[in-house]
Amino acid sequence: MAKYLLLKHYRGAPAAVNDVPMEKWTPEEISAHMQYMNDFAARLEQTGEFVDSQALAPGGTFVRYDGEGRPPVTDGPFAETKDLIAGWMVIDVDSYQRALDLAGELSAAPGAAGRPIHEWLELRPFLGCHSTVTE
Amino acid sequence: MDEALIRSLTPSVLTVLGRRGADFAAAEDAVQDALVQAARLWPADPPRDAKGWLVTVAWHKFLDATRSDAARRRREDLLDEQPAPGPASAVDDTLQLYFLCAHPSLTPASAVALTLRAVGGLTTRQIAQAYLVPEATMAQRISRAKRTVSDVRFDRPGDVATVLRVLYLVFNEGYGGDVDLAAEAIRLTRQLAAAVDHPEAAGLLALMLLHHARRPARTAPDGSLVPLAEQDRGRWDTGMIAEGVGILQAALARDRLGEFQAQAAIAALHADAPTAEETDWVQIVEWYDELTRLTDSPVVRLNRAVAVGQADGPRAGLAALAQLDDSLPRHTAVAAYLHERDGDLATAARLYAEAAHKAPDLAERDHLTRQAARLNNHRRR
Repeated sequence: MAKYLLLKHYRGAPAAVNDVPMEKWTPEEISAHMQYMNDFAARLEQTGEFVDSQALAPGGTFVRYDGEGRPPVTDGPFAETKDLIAGWMVIDVDSYQRALDLAGELSAAPGAAGRPIHEWLELRPFLGCHSTVTE
Repeated sequence: MDEALIRSLTPSVLTVLGRRGADFAAAEDAVQDALVQAARLWPADPPRDAKGWLVTVAWHKFLDATRSDAARRRREDLLDEQPAPGPASAVDDTLQLYFLCAHPSLTPASAVALTLRAVGGLTTRQIAQAYLVPEATMAQRISRAKRTVSDVRFDRPGDVATVLRVLYLVFNEGYGGDVDLAAEAIRLTRQLAAAVDHPEAAGLLALMLLHHARRPARTAPDGSLVPLAEQDRGRWDTGMIAEGVGILQAALARDRLGEFQAQAAIAALHADAPTAEETDWVQIVEWYDELTRLTDSPVVRLNRAVAVGQADGPRAGLAALAQLDDSLPRHTAVAAYLHERDGDLATAARLYAEAAHKAPDLAERDHLTRQAARLNNHRRR
């Protein structure tokens, strides 16, 4: 088993095929999209492959240490940041192929006109546990 | 009362329920409930007959659970039957349980989870923690696995090799959480090796013991990896090594070699060396040749290249490595090591850094990064 992160980008990924921003969909199309996402997660729970799913607010702040006794320095949010993460899903699957298949399925979530978005999702493997027998 | 002792009764209790007519999935749930109750009650009030207690409680749990409308008819049928002992011995039943939980129709992850629960007696929560997934996900994985094997009937024994692969996975992979998965794998393999007359079961048990014996020396206090050559051999568990070697020798004497025996033989040669320098690399290469004949796995060939590098010098190791596909996991790390031994520190440092980027886990990545940093600093001085 291996864990993978399916990363959804607000910005930074190549353009989707059905690339219409959500605010231009109909309310029914938005509902259908949400339903698809929920059904997908629920099905992964049933198959015992679901680990986690979270969405992120778009506005982030950069923070860094500024020396002993001083408050941390903050900066941003940077409107021009090229890459912006919208959210993620973590899955635990038997093979890389299975992870690819699931990512493909998630990317088919319906968007404008009820057609699949064909959204680009980033698939990243987790660093696993260290196996005992290596030499 | 020792938790492992309670759990060691799991398979026999489960098979008693099975013989009384309970189907596997429901019986397994009932035994799990009984184990949870035992863990709560026994510390204050240990029963005289632990197994009898578990059978009684699990049977009642099973009857309670089947008291739903859908199952009423079935329950009444069962109550009419006298719970009679089956024809098979308890040992055979335990074996069948191993076969069922490692059935080829299951994915490796499902087989691991089901084995840990139905044979190992671990709770779903413990298994979920060991593999870092939510408890609900693990519960689904286990119930799906139970559905998958619900129609399996045994008219002939299963394949021991599939069981061994599952136990090997338990030993080798997983984070642990509350549970010491390696110790659990050893317990289950020991139980299997006692129930089945199979040199590879003994070979796997020996392999596990020989690796487990080195565990205290394998990580530094800060959690970083300590390579075999740099381990403090005084911290190896000599009793466990002796046990592993004894089991291996008895298995090898049967003259039915298999991959686990060959791997255990290599581990035994490492364990046998008083210092890293005294390792018998020539014999290790011979065992890798044997292993290549048995499995023809690219990973074995890669390990063989390391051994050749030790036995015949780094150039020979690099020549063996050149025959292999460089996209193999750890290929770059092995190349880095052999170049370092060959004195080409610049290439070695570059390859260690490259290998760190490709490392499959954090401990290994940190280790390889340190190797690159060590060589880069050395070269600057």
